[in-house]
Amino acid sequence: MGRLPPDPKAANVPRTIAPYFTPATAVPKAPDADGFLQRWLLLEPINKPNRSNDVFVGAYVRKAFNTEYFPDQFTVIPQNGDKVTVANQELAWHALDSANFDVKLFRFAYGLNKPTYGVIFWAVTIVNSPREKKNVRMAVGSNSASMWWLNGKDVVDLFDDRRMVMDDVVSNRLTLNKGKNVIRGAVINGPGLSDFCVRFIDENGEPIKDITLSLK
Amino acid sequence: MKSNVLGAAVLTLLSLCASGTALAQLNGEPYIHDPSTVVYDNGKYYTFGTGGGGLISDDGGWTWHSGAVRTGGGVAPDIIKIGDKFFVAYAVGGGGMSGGHASNVKTMWTKTLDPKSPDFGYHDDSVVASSNGVEDADAIDPAFLYTQGHLWLSYGTYFGFIRVVELDPKTAKRIPGNKPVDVAIDMEASDMMYRDGWYYLLGTHGTCCDGANSTYNLRVGRSRKPTGPFVDNEGIPLLKGGGKLVASASGRHIGLGHFGLLDLGDDVEKFSCHYEADLDRSGRSILDIRPLLWVDGWPVGGDNFQEGMYEIQSQRSGFGLQLDVDFVRMDNGRGRGPGGGGPAAGGPPAGAQAGNGAPRPAGAPGGGGGFNRAPAGPVVPVPNQQLSQVEGTWPTGTVNVNLSDYMVRPNQEWKITPVDGVGGYPGSPYFKIQIAGTERTLAATADGQVVALPAYTGGPEQLWRIDQLTDGTYRIMPKAMPDSSEPVALVAVGASTPTLAKFDPKSDKGRWNFKKP
Repeated sequence: MGRLPPDPKAANVPRTIAPYFTPATAVPKAPDADGFLQRWLLLEPINKPNRSNDVFVGAYVRKAFNTEYFPDQFTVIPQNGDKVTVANQELAWHALDSANFDVKLFRFAYGLNKPTYGVIFWAVTIVNSPREKKNVRMAVGSNSASMWWLNGKDVVDLFDDRRMVMDDVVSNRLTLNKGKNVIRGAVINGPGLSDFCVRFIDENGEPIKDITLSLK
Repeated sequence: MKSNVLGAAVLTLLSLCASGTALAQLNGEPYIHDPSTVVYDNGKYYTFGTGGGGLISDDGGWTWHSGAVRTGGGVAPDIIKIGDKFFVAYAVGGGGMSGGHASNVKTMWTKTLDPKSPDFGYHDDSVVASSNGVEDADAIDPAFLYTQGHLWLSYGTYFGFIRVVELDPKTAKRIPGNKPVDVAIDMEASDMMYRDGWYYLLGTHGTCCDGANSTYNLRVGRSRKPTGPFVDNEGIPLLKGGGKLVASASGRHIGLGHFGLLDLGDDVEKFSCHYEADLDRSGRSILDIRPLLWVDGWPVGGDNFQEGMYEIQSQRSGFGLQLDVDFVRMDNGRGRGPGGGGPAAGGPPAGAQAGNGAPRPAGAPGGGGGFNRAPAGPVVPVPNQQLSQVEGTWPTGTVNVNLSDYMVRPNQEWKITPVDGVGGYPGSPYFKIQIAGTERTLAATADGQVVALPAYTGGPEQLWRIDQLTDGTYRIMPKAMPDSSEPVALVAVGASTPTLAKFDPKSDKGRWNFKKP
C-alpha cells in the first residue's frame, strides 16, 4: 500500500502542546458550555508498551492501573512541575487547560516530545461544588481504555479498544460533596490517538455547569 | 484506538472458493476489503478494493469474481460516474500501519471499467487531498458524493478528523482555494448521501482488520449542509463521537464497514459493505449488498430476502396472495363444545357470522352458540387445515391467483426458494415461489397476469426478484414477462386482484409484506 514519510516541513516544526493546551491559572475555571471539564493535572506518559489495543480487557486494565507506578498514586494532589520517577523515567506533572472539550493526550505527549504510543496517562482535577449535589453522574469518553475515581472511589471504567465518544460510559448516581471533590483518572493506549472527555450530568442528562475546577 | 488497512490483494491470494455458502452471502468469490461503491457499466457491476483490483458481477449483482482492474495501488478506493467518466479516488500512504499518517488522496478517471475495452485506462492520476503525517488527520478512505451540482469528497480515519473537500465535477480535482472542513472524529471509511434536504455522513466506528474480533459497525449523522455540523439522532455531534447505528455484525458476519450507496431507483436503495469476517468463508473479508431502509429520516440497514414459508400480503389491501380455488371450510373444533355444530368442511355455514348485514345465525356471538364460553370437555388444539384435506378439490393445470382474507390456509402458504445458476440482482439470487407442499409455481403470463403453473419448468417468467423497499415492504418482479422486455412488478390492481404492471413507488399497490405463517 505504500507508506509516505511525514512532510518534512511539518515534521520539523518545533513541537509544542499549543494550541491544544494552555497553562492553568489560579483562577477557578468553569466547565465549558456543555459541561466538559477542561482543567487537569496531567502526568507525562508512563511507558507501557502495547502493539495493539485489543488486550485492554477489564482484567488487564485493572491490573495495569492498580500497579503502583509512583508514591501515593491514588491520593496525591500534585502541583504543576512536581516530578515522579517511574522505573527509569522521570516524569513531570503539568497543570493545563484544554482548549477543546476533550483532553488530547496524544498531543500532550507529542508536544512534549514524549512517547505517544504504548503509554499510560494519569490525570487529576478538583471539582468545587457550591453545595452537595445528589444523583449526579460522571460521564466519560476515552481513547483507549480508562478508569476514573471520584473522591477515591472507582466510579467509571472503560475497557477494550475504545474510541472517545462523549457520555460513552456513565457512572451510577453519585454525590458531589459541597466543596472539593477529587477526580483521578488513568488512560492506557497502544497505537493511535489518545484522549478523554469528562463531565457531570444530572438526572435528565443535562450537563452540570455550576461547578468550578481548580488544582489545589 | 488504532486504525489500519489490509490489502485486498492479500485476501484474494489467500481466498478459496467456499462451497455450500448460505443464502445470506453473495455468490462466487466475493473476497475484498474496503470495497468502493458498487457501480454499473455496460451490463456488469464493479467494485474496487484495497490493493489494485476488484470484483465483477456479470449476472446482475449476485455472483462476484475477481477481475476488475484499478491502477495506482493504495487503499480503500471509491468510484462514481459523472457524465461519460468514471472517477476513482484512492489513497496512498497513511492508515496507521507502523504509525504512518502521511497520506495522499488521488483521483483519476476512465471511460469504461471493462479492462478488455479499448476505452479502458486511467488518466489524470493526481493528488486532491493530503495529510502531512503530523496534523490531526490521515487522508485515507475517500468517498464521493455528487448532488445538487456539487462533488464532495470525504476522507479520514481515527487519527484525527473526517474531512470534507469540494471537487470540480468535471475533473474530480480540487476546487481552487477550497479548504478541508472537519466534520467528525473517531470514524473511518466515511461516505455521504443526500436525501430530502439532508446530508448524511456515514462511517464506521470500532476496529477493523482483526477478523472475527473486529468491532467495525456503521454509524450516521446528518446535517443541512455538506460541511456539517453533523449530529446523530440524540443530537450528539459527530465531532464529539456521535453516530446512530445503521448496521453491525449479525448472523455469521462480523465487523461491517465501508458503506457505499447503490440507488437502483423506484424506492429501491441498497448499500454495499464488507464484513471483516465471514465465518462461513474461513473468516475472510467479503463483499455484501443489502437493502437500505429509511425510518423517520434515518437510514437503517435491511436484510436481503431469506427463503422460507410465507404469507404474501398486499400492502394495499392487507389481503394475502392465494391460489384462486374454492374456499374449503375447516373443522373449527366447536363441535366438541356446547353450542357447537359447524360442519367440518363444505357444509352449510351453521356457525358462520354474517358479513352482509344478514341476521346472525345460531352459533354466532349473541346467537346462543356458546363458542365464547369455556368448553365443557377438555381444551384441545384445533389443527390447521392440511394440504391433503383440500388439494383434491383444486383444479389441475394452471390456476389463477387472487388476493383474499388471510386464513392460514394451504392455498395461501408460499414456499420461496432461491434458484441456482440463473443469476440474480444486487445482493440476491432469483427465487421461485410455490404453494407449499406442491409444485404449483407463481408465473408471469404474456398478457401481464400472474398465475400458478402446475410445476416449475425453469422459465424466466417463473423466477422472481424480491427487493426490499426503503419503507421495509417489498417489490416483487418476474425476471421476465413472456414476449416483453418491460420491467413489471406484482401489483394489487384491485383489493382482491393482482396483476403485473409498472411499479409505482408512490403507491402501495406494488408493495408487499412477507409474513411467517
